[in-house]
Amino acid sequence: MSWTVFATAIISAMLINNVILMQFLGICPFLGVSKKTSSAIGMSAAVMFVMVIASMVTYTIYDLILYRYGIPYISTIAFILVIASLVQLVEMILKKFSKSLYKSLGIYLPLITTNCAILGVSEANITNVWSSTTPFFNGLFEATAIAFGTSLGFGLIIFAFSSIREKLESSNVPEAWKGVPISLVVAGIMSMAFFGLAGII
Amino acid sequence: MTKKENFLKGFIKENPIFVFLLGMCPALAVTATFETSLGMGLLVIFVLTSSNVAISLLKKYIPEEVRTPSYIVIIATFVTVVKMLTEAYALPLYTALGVFIPLIVVNCLILGRAEAFASKNNVVDSAIDGVGMGLGFTFALIVIGVFREMMATGSIVYGEYLKFFVDAPITLFSLDWIIGLFTNNFSITEISLGMFSLPPGAFIALAFILAFMQFRKHKRVQREIEEKKRMIEEKKKAALAKKAAAATLQKAGAN
Repeated sequence: MSWTVFATAIISAMLINNVILMQFLGICPFLGVSKKTSSAIGMSAAVMFVMVIASMVTYTIYDLILYRYGIPYISTIAFILVIASLVQLVEMILKKFSKSLYKSLGIYLPLITTNCAILGVSEANITNVWSSTTPFFNGLFEATAIAFGTSLGFGLIIFAFSSIREKLESSNVPEAWKGVPISLVVAGIMSMAFFGLAGII
Repeated sequence: MTKKENFLKGFIKENPIFVFLLGMCPALAVTATFETSLGMGLLVIFVLTSSNVAISLLKKYIPEEVRTPSYIVIIATFVTVVKMLTEAYALPLYTALGVFIPLIVVNCLILGRAEAFASKNNVVDSAIDGVGMGLGFTFALIVIGVFREMMATGSIVYGEYLKFFVDAPITLFSLDWIIGLFTNNFSITEISLGMFSLPPGAFIALAFILAFMQFRKHKRVQREIEEKKRMIEEKKKAALAKKAAAATLQKAGAN
């Protein structure tokens, strides 16, 4: 459990294996809420909040309950239920304790349950980080670092993309390419740019 | 809606990917080759059909307030079944699809069909809807997959991940066969665009296909507008001619 592990995990999850451009998780919010910069920031903050908590909780459940009692095959059902109820719980806690945060994140929280990035990161953490010999806290630390880096990458891309898209709204695009097609081309070019970062670690 | 219309609507008119943009994550992630697209499509057909049937059977017993979580649990159960079956019978496909098999749970298409169709209709209609929509989804995935594989390698290979019916990978179609008719000192692999098998190519390939769909739609809309304009023009002409005829008739009457 060292800071090099933490930094490496964050950089590789944020820039190299970017969640949207390289792994294609969370495409729906990427195309759906990226029309305005303010909604993109709200969405990415909500995703960061839920993703870190969800991957900590799912990792703990997998290691301490599912694996220990010999039912790891049930992980998909357990994870989706945990995430769905966690989103509800986070919503309730925010409503009770932080009205201002609830006001800015509230409308994005229900959308997060069906955001595949959350479940995808939880599942990927089990396949990539977890092993029966890893000590629990080391694995939990790395999984949390990866979730944090992934959500930072998500926020970075969705913010950059929404800024481009705001400009794109007022530009003269051919009729056939208006809307989603031209956004996908922009995403493709961004993805090509991120390929250049593949060698930094 | 007849049963045939119900079955066929998923292909073009209500195609989940090309028209409603549902389930975009697998549409971009697993379509690098024709075969992975086909495999993903088959899994989605199975999950969609069985979850539609189960939900339409259970719809009377599920309370309204906990509708969505119950649907998610039913879908997740079938996804777990599919995951284990794939791991047992098609291991190369399982490793190629990776995290996208459990992610079928959060595919908007399946929950969307459960909410919009299976919770309101009977078992037979729901099953037909599931198969039809699943086939439409598979069709869209295969279109993207074939486009990307043709662009990236110039040929379509079957048998690498799905080992049913064949022992070794076979080439279903290759542009080299056509080129070979004319010249022998040139192969398609020299000019193929490898980018299309990588993530950037996924975005750009889907953009091309969606732009084509939008182009056709735009053309059709324009043609309809022109048709309407012409109709109005003709009606106007006919009305003017009538008026003129009436006027001449009146003149004749006055005389």
